Amino acid sequence: MKIEFTINGVLQSVEIEDSNTPLLWVVRDVLNLKGTKFGCGKAACGACTLHVDDEAVRSCSYAVKFAEGKQITTIEGLGSPQDPHPVQQAWIEEVVPQCGYCQPGFMMATAALLNKKPNPSDEDIDNNIVNVCRCATYYRMRKAIHRAAELTQETNLKTQENV
Amino acid sequence: MSKAKKLSRRKFLVRGGLGTVGVLALGTYVFRNPIRRSILKMVETLPPSYMGSGTEANLWFELTQENKVIFHSPKVEMGQGSFTSFAQMIADEMDVRLDQIEVVGAATKTGIVDVLSTGGSLSVGSLWQPLRELAATMREMLKIEAAKKLSVEVSSLTTNDGVISNGLKTITYAEVAYGITEWNIPDTPELKPLSSYKFIGKPVKRIDLASKVFGDPIFGLDAEMPEMLHAAIIRPSKIGATFNSADTSKAAQMPGVVKVVQIDDWVAVVAESYAQALAAKRTIKVEWNILKEWTEKEMREMLRVGKGRLMITQKEGDAIDEEDDELVSMIFTSPIGAHAQIEPNGALADYNNGDITVVLSTQVPGKTQEFVADALGVDKDKVNIIPAYLGGGFGRRLNTNHAIQTVQLSKAVGKPVKYIFTRKEEFQNDLFRPPTHHIMKGKLGSDGLIDSLEHHYASGDVAIGAIILPGLLNDVLGTDIGAMRGGNIMYDKIPNHRAEQWHTTLPFATSWWRSLGLLANTFAVESFIDELALKAGKNPVELRLAQISKEGNQKRIYDVIQLAAEKGNYNDTPMNGRAMGFAASTDSNSPAAHVVEVSIENNQIKVHKVICAFDCGFVVNPDQVRAQCEGAIIMGMSASMFEKMTIEDGELTPTIYGPYDMALMKHAPKTIDVHFIQGADIPLPVGEPPMGPIGAAVANAVRRLTGKRLTDLPLKL
Ligand code: FES
Ligand code: FES
Repeated sequence: MKIEFTINGVLQSVEIEDSNTPLLWVVRDVLNLKGTKFGCGKAACGACTLHVDDEAVRSCSYAVKFAEGKQITTIEGLGSPQDPHPVQQAWIEEVVPQCGYCQPGFMMATAALLNKKPNPSDEDIDNNIVNVCRCATYYRMRKAIHRAAELTQETNLKTQENV
Repeated sequence: MSKAKKLSRRKFLVRGGLGTVGVLALGTYVFRNPIRRSILKMVETLPPSYMGSGTEANLWFELTQENKVIFHSPKVEMGQGSFTSFAQMIADEMDVRLDQIEVVGAATKTGIVDVLSTGGSLSVGSLWQPLRELAATMREMLKIEAAKKLSVEVSSLTTNDGVISNGLKTITYAEVAYGITEWNIPDTPELKPLSSYKFIGKPVKRIDLASKVFGDPIFGLDAEMPEMLHAAIIRPSKIGATFNSADTSKAAQMPGVVKVVQIDDWVAVVAESYAQALAAKRTIKVEWNILKEWTEKEMREMLRVGKGRLMITQKEGDAIDEEDDELVSMIFTSPIGAHAQIEPNGALADYNNGDITVVLSTQVPGKTQEFVADALGVDKDKVNIIPAYLGGGFGRRLNTNHAIQTVQLSKAVGKPVKYIFTRKEEFQNDLFRPPTHHIMKGKLGSDGLIDSLEHHYASGDVAIGAIILPGLLNDVLGTDIGAMRGGNIMYDKIPNHRAEQWHTTLPFATSWWRSLGLLANTFAVESFIDELALKAGKNPVELRLAQISKEGNQKRIYDVIQLAAEKGNYNDTPMNGRAMGFAASTDSNSPAAHVVEVSIENNQIKVHKVICAFDCGFVVNPDQVRAQCEGAIIMGMSASMFEKMTIEDGELTPTIYGPYDMALMKHAPKTIDVHFIQGADIPLPVGEPPMGPIGAAVANAVRRLTGKRLTDLPLKL
């Protein structure tokens, strides 16, 4: 069957035999966007986190059929080296990644959190950022999340000034 | 990397004597001058850990048209930041900027690969001398050729940012290299003084930061090849199960299935997509031979002090008299631990008429090449293992023999095949951290100091049976040298002290796990010392300092203990519902000590603060050494406070994150301060040693807060 959705701003139409195939594998293997990672396949680690209509979703456990007509963003669409998302900027400033494998999932989860809570408390972070990082980069991640919140506010202020 | 195939083997310049014995090989295709080199003498004089495939002429550095240096690293990057440290060394000695350097994991066909492994926290330390020497030599070689091209004296030339100049004329490294087919190799130049380095010793940002923040496809599982198919292999869930037979009739009919493959004692499905391979795999019924259903209890009974092979690994003074009224004794245990690295194992393999290419996340490209060649019956030089960035290593990828199966599958279907473990298979086919059992015995003297201390411990395999060590080594030494880490007593002024290892091979595979025996051994020894300090009515830091000498390497331990206590304001009396815990360890010559601050919240141990003092010698990149300490501390907390595999119904369980309880964001301390002492002028191991003290430090804090001595990992109230 044919499924259509917008991913990183581009309308995509994919032909897929089994519409229950996890979105993760369509993103990785059909659309060849490898930034979204496979860690467990059971919604237990968060490595596969991306955004569906601005909500953080664990794509390994999200059937592609539910993506029909939706807006999807992956790490590749979050920002670019020329124009990094505040979360990516903060991750660079705090030098968060070690092996790096879990990081796209964490950044996507953080970006979704900041959409809802622009200035999250430590408790908000603890309750909402529940992915697993085996290299245990949590200490820097927490700093980076606070920094990303600051950066977002700075950008918002600037935009307001410009308006 | 595929370009390397074009390398010409025609031009070799072999040169002996003059200090270095070198082989230099140069490819001469358009505007690329890959320089292959190995220096035998260096290889001989390297620290024992460095075992480059040095006798073959292979690639170290490559100069590109864009005036970039590509370094083909014999060590892989698994998060430890060593690629960045290598770039720092090259930048300083070759006089290029960091952004002019690219570091890639060397492929076995074209690069120098460490024939043993990347592990043991030895990457930076082992390449410290040779890599800087190679970079400096390369710089001088470029200057010699530049002098010819510019018709000036070599001595008039200076180098900066990859450009050579005599003040009037300039030429880039790439321009120099262009067209040169024979190089002069000078004697190894003198290295620059440490104080003059611009990058080494500075907290430079990781060179792989951008790729890791923007989601570049750099990991083993991200690799692609044209016409690639996907595979799922069936693995047993019960301990000790062996293959009997399989009913695959349904699988062949499933959508997308290209082939159901049965080779010897395993079955796999190759399909067009991974989801299809998994779906087809679920329809296959395998009969397993199960001789015995193992239980946790039986396993625990096998693994105890007094059972298995005994080796006394340390013996100073007399053994404690068992009848002595003053004898204090305690038992400690640690559970089976899983690696749980987030990127599952897997491989992408292509078998093409006997030419084999495998891309994967591995700590052992060299060994994997050997095993694949053996299994497929081809020459080693037909096998190209291309190591990708690892989505975590921690010792799990010191055996990546699933590469063999992936190649066999590719051969069976005539196309490239990508294979990925499921998470359940990861948890059940891990090469686990072995469980341990410890009996601590001690006695105080009349002066209130420790008079006798003994550590008796039992462990499953760590180094024994591992593919990267010759089996003989352990036999010759009579001990498991991995399980031994942290097992000996470091307090040399305790008049009588000893350590005894009991080794047992368990019915499931156990092996290397970041820091090996250190985590559990330090937990037992340092918890017990805290208990003796309480008994003696002494401050545990003062007791430790009184029992360690201030000479030689012991002084480095002494200093670290003192610094941690000072920076952490260690106080052995609980205050405002919080208590401090102290512990120290030394591992591979890098001592570490932690002060932690804990409270109990909702009947859970909460760690607020960790203050760490660490002496890993010369620090090449303070930012990344700090990152390693932070990671080791939280991963060590995770292993000490949450993680545990058990045996149920003959299976290792749990098989998924969550039930396999690990430290998450909410468990991470809000403060982690790391203080360095650079007690040696060379870089020493970083990635594992700071993990040692954490379990004991937390347990010691809990003891002081609650009066309860926790003796089993994971620590539960
Ligand atoms: S892969 Fe989706 S949550 Fe782990
Ligand atoms: S950085 Fe390695 S798992 Fe998070």
